[in-house]
Amino acid sequence: MKEIIKIEELKNHVFDGMSIMVGGFMAVGTPEALIDELVKINVKDLTIICNDAGFIDKGVGKLITNGQVKTLIASHIGLNPMSGKLMSEGKMEVQLVPQGTLAEQIRCGGAGLGGFLTPTGLGTIVEEGKQVISLEGKKFILEQALRADLALIDGYKVDKYGNTVYTKTSRNFNPVMATATNKVIVLARKMVDELNPDYVLTPHIFVDYIVEECI
Amino acid sequence: MEKHEIKNFIAKRVARELSDGDLVNLGIGLPTLVGNFLPKDVHINLQSENGLIGLGPAPEENDIDPDITNAGGQPVTLLPGGMYFGSAISFGIIRGGHVDVTVLGSLQVDETGSLANWIIPGKMVPGMGGAMDLVTGAKKVIIAMTHTNRGKPKILKRCTLPLTALNQVNMIITEMGVIEVKDDGLHLLEYNPEYTIAEIVAATEATLIINNPKQMELE
Repeated sequence: MKEIIKIEELKNHVFDGMSIMVGGFMAVGTPEALIDELVKINVKDLTIICNDAGFIDKGVGKLITNGQVKTLIASHIGLNPMSGKLMSEGKMEVQLVPQGTLAEQIRCGGAGLGGFLTPTGLGTIVEEGKQVISLEGKKFILEQALRADLALIDGYKVDKYGNTVYTKTSRNFNPVMATATNKVIVLARKMVDELNPDYVLTPHIFVDYIVEECI
Repeated sequence: MEKHEIKNFIAKRVARELSDGDLVNLGIGLPTLVGNFLPKDVHINLQSENGLIGLGPAPEENDIDPDITNAGGQPVTLLPGGMYFGSAISFGIIRGGHVDVTVLGSLQVDETGSLANWIIPGKMVPGMGGAMDLVTGAKKVIIAMTHTNRGKPKILKRCTLPLTALNQVNMIITEMGVIEVKDDGLHLLEYNPEYTIAEIVAATEATLIINNPKQMELE
């Protein structure tokens, strides 16, 4: 059985300066209730790893607007003007990463790999400062794995063991992030008695805590 | 050509490049329109990099499901046979060469098939999203864009903005013509007869290799 915690208990699992992976693609598949709680706790100097910067009032954008993010690692920040503003004012560091590279860095982080070789970004500023390796006449950039202290995951159906399924395009980065952090908290839209084991997308061994969403 | 006609005209011509059964990724904006102009006998699988294949039309307002969006965050539907997957698999599909055609817009394209469409330093820094992976991994990269930016050439000898990828573009389709990128440079394959060849050359900074181009046909 997995420990089910109240959302107020999130404060016991966060600290200033920590790194957090947050599922979601333009806030679709972002566990909004957990973000709202992070805003309430007002934990600071966070490194947030997310596909994008969300919107000013949606997704990880709420943390950015509230000045809690020191470093953002994302593939896209264009829909949240606050992120561009804070970046140009030097108040937030933004590391832009190609989306497929970000997903694979996280996958490697969860899979015990140090990194991987990708052609994405060759000849662009993404290549700067990185090792380029030739294999069988083809060039690749060496990209390193990425891990974080905590993952906040938007589960659709979760059983009492912590097995999780996602729904539709809200899946995106959630399953891969659930593998790559020291602690994983899943926001369960629905708690269910059982899931068909064939369809589990995140095995319960990755999940540490479940927060049941109050609707 | 009237401004509002241009986008549909380009999208219509791009649609003719797609073959039955292709797995296709359409970028945000103009490329999205391509889906509206597919020939009747051509059925393609549309991928959206946020995690689906089998992208259907936009839903009626009452049928919007906030959990089904395209990579632009807009509500979409899933066609029969369609499915969802996570980002790691999505980009495995993209980087792994499983996407037949990707269509996207660009700020600049050059004679070597390099493109720049993700950043204007000091002005606009939206990020590359999935574009770098898409143009690197897709079998065929089609740039669908207006030929110039208010008269200023976008098809250049060398891109001046930071690149999205080096030497990845296969074809450029604009309201003026269809250009193929080959090892020896840019070949004007087709031209829109509303423009003279001289006008097209004048609107293009890059050298165009012109050898009996055909008229663009859309019907």
